[in-house]
Amino acid sequence: MTTLDSSKEIQKNNSEVNETHEDFRMFGLITFLIADGMTFAGFFAAYLTYKAVNPLPDGAIYELELPIPTLNTILLLVSSATFHKAGKALLKDKNSESQKWLFFTAFLGIIFLMCQLFEYFHLPFGLTDNLFASTFYALTGFHGLHVTLGTLMILIIAWQSRIKGGRLTSQNMFPLEAVELYWHFVDGIWVILFIILYLL
Amino acid sequence: MTISIDPQKTNNESLQPKGWLRYFSFSLDHKVIGIQYLVCGFLFYLIGGTLASAIRIELASPMSDFMPRDVYNQVLTLHGTIMIFLWIVPVVNGAFGNYLIPFYVGARDMAFPRLNAVAFWLIPPSGLMLVASYFVEGAAQAGWTAYPPLSITTPQSGQIIWILSVLLLGGSSIFGGINFIATIIKLRRPGLKLMQLPMYCWAMLGTSLLVVLSTPVLAGTLILLSFDIIANTGFFNPVLGGNVVVYQHLFWFYSHPAVYIMVLPAFGLVSEILPVHARKPLFGYTTMVFSIMGIVVLGLVVWAHHMFTSGTPPWMRLFFTIATAFIAVPTGIKFFNWVATLWGGKISINSAMLFSCGFIINFVFGGITGVALAQVPFDIHVHDTYFVVAHFHYIVYGGTVFIIFSSIYHWFPKVIGKMLNEKLGVLHFIITFIGFNLCFAPQHWLGLNGMPRRVAEYDPQFQFVNQISSLGALLMAISTIPFLINVFLSVKNGKDAGDNPWNALTPEWLTSSPPPVENWEGEAPLVEEPYGYGKEISERK
Repeated sequence: MTTLDSSKEIQKNNSEVNETHEDFRMFGLITFLIADGMTFAGFFAAYLTYKAVNPLPDGAIYELELPIPTLNTILLLVSSATFHKAGKALLKDKNSESQKWLFFTAFLGIIFLMCQLFEYFHLPFGLTDNLFASTFYALTGFHGLHVTLGTLMILIIAWQSRIKGGRLTSQNMFPLEAVELYWHFVDGIWVILFIILYLL
Repeated sequence: MTISIDPQKTNNESLQPKGWLRYFSFSLDHKVIGIQYLVCGFLFYLIGGTLASAIRIELASPMSDFMPRDVYNQVLTLHGTIMIFLWIVPVVNGAFGNYLIPFYVGARDMAFPRLNAVAFWLIPPSGLMLVASYFVEGAAQAGWTAYPPLSITTPQSGQIIWILSVLLLGGSSIFGGINFIATIIKLRRPGLKLMQLPMYCWAMLGTSLLVVLSTPVLAGTLILLSFDIIANTGFFNPVLGGNVVVYQHLFWFYSHPAVYIMVLPAFGLVSEILPVHARKPLFGYTTMVFSIMGIVVLGLVVWAHHMFTSGTPPWMRLFFTIATAFIAVPTGIKFFNWVATLWGGKISINSAMLFSCGFIINFVFGGITGVALAQVPFDIHVHDTYFVVAHFHYIVYGGTVFIIFSSIYHWFPKVIGKMLNEKLGVLHFIITFIGFNLCFAPQHWLGLNGMPRRVAEYDPQFQFVNQISSLGALLMAISTIPFLINVFLSVKNGKDAGDNPWNALTPEWLTSSPPPVENWEGEAPLVEEPYGYGKEISERK
């Protein structure tokens, strides 16, 4: 059982006894991620429909090179594992080890974004060249936005875990668990995106 | 994991402003937020109603003489957007949901109070932005559906502000939906089972599921549309190789469930009001729950019935016609349950009851025309005519707005602690009911005879019927006056209501009126039979 500065959670005024309730922040986050996933589902549906019914004009370039996105897939999958390591270390109260793993995860996220940008600059088509190009940039860009936010959040919790007994401890794992779930979600989306955008 | 709440640390009540000022603050109290939603929504209803009056004045004559055609387009776009996103959705979900759901689940507040306040405070700025866009190079002109290529070719600034505003409102709606799901599933008082919840909780659970699953798709679609407008991409622009029908699919994947987002909470509210004033248990509780969930599932797979004229292939037409016709089954079950609730009851004829009965009558009309519109041959005939306008106004005005007024008459004594004036209330009902039917019933005929919607000018042969319709709109505008007088008089010196003027059994009536900050002085009561009317007190649980 965790004691929180609960003014964050619920406005509680007149009762003289402590009231307890289940922690449902994770439940709220999962609901939010379902909603977020539906945004991606809409984009994927649009992309697949275009692929099925809208033929590209002759001479449109839409072949993609595979090495960089494959490297990116590996980077994200590894980062999910390192994030998990950070959680395990924190559970054993090894704060500095946890922090190291978090920084390494954030580093992998930054490398992912750099590779993505490198790919953008070297692609033979721009945003408005054809329908495929527009959808490609919209999908990867929207995903990249999620990675950027995720990396920032990882850096924040890495900063929070710097001292024992601080804001992020083995008794209060929620910030780490929440960001971890979000990161796995962004990872899963990338795998789907990689399959339908690059492999199909 | 559980969270323990230490009252020593949580006493931040002293930081909140007191009295009427708290309605302008970032209050975390679910009751204050509910009132904020309602009053804010009603102000936008007055703006949207003024725009509707302008439309009906224009349509009283066949030529566009009251306003220029492009202004007419802006007015009808703003009317639709304001009424849907700023009046009906926030009020029927946000206002009543925030006020009632914590009472019904036996909680002291919503699951995420801060998120709740954020969800409300997104609404006024986006609404003001939308209205203000009229004064900056004109508002959007493409209707509330914003179909491309129309939305790409009309002036850009208005359309972009429209998109931003709808994105913010959609975000607000999603935050609200997450909060309602968490509150109903996770925050129930110990000992209260799901199948003992008042029906409005089930309606809000279903609605919130629809909000969470479908609103994000609209957000994604509008982001793509804004790329088309600003960055010159071609997602929905046929000239650049895009596909307008994809927009329609994505748009209606949200906007058909949006119909249920607007009307399911009304189903829940009427299920609360009828048993109280008929002194009978709600008929068929279990069937009601299953029909709500049935509507949620079916509501997600019927969107293409809005697109029968968009070149949809025959198999798609067949599927969506059948799926749409199936929705009539759960809806019919609910309708007969309400009638059976009234049957043989000790009905008191008061304003809340009158508006609820008005809802039942109007909703049958709207439902029947809805089943008719689901049939492809008929739909192709009346697509984009006034028949469609009449149909959906019977659902959203005759259905939902009647229930909003009914709920205001029903819960005003709880919220303010004073009764509303019954005579003015009945007068309000009579003018609204006559005005509404006078306005929209003739439009069925106009549509069947081929008068297209969203056009400022029409064939002179339709003038007489249009003038009848405009007369009805005038009555609807007038009907707001007795309501406003009633509210102002009753807040000032209405009759004292007491804690439970209707002798109702649902939990919100078991506390004082108006309720204290944390809803109950002591522990929340356990209400196992919210509709146990007609039983001896000793038999009630």
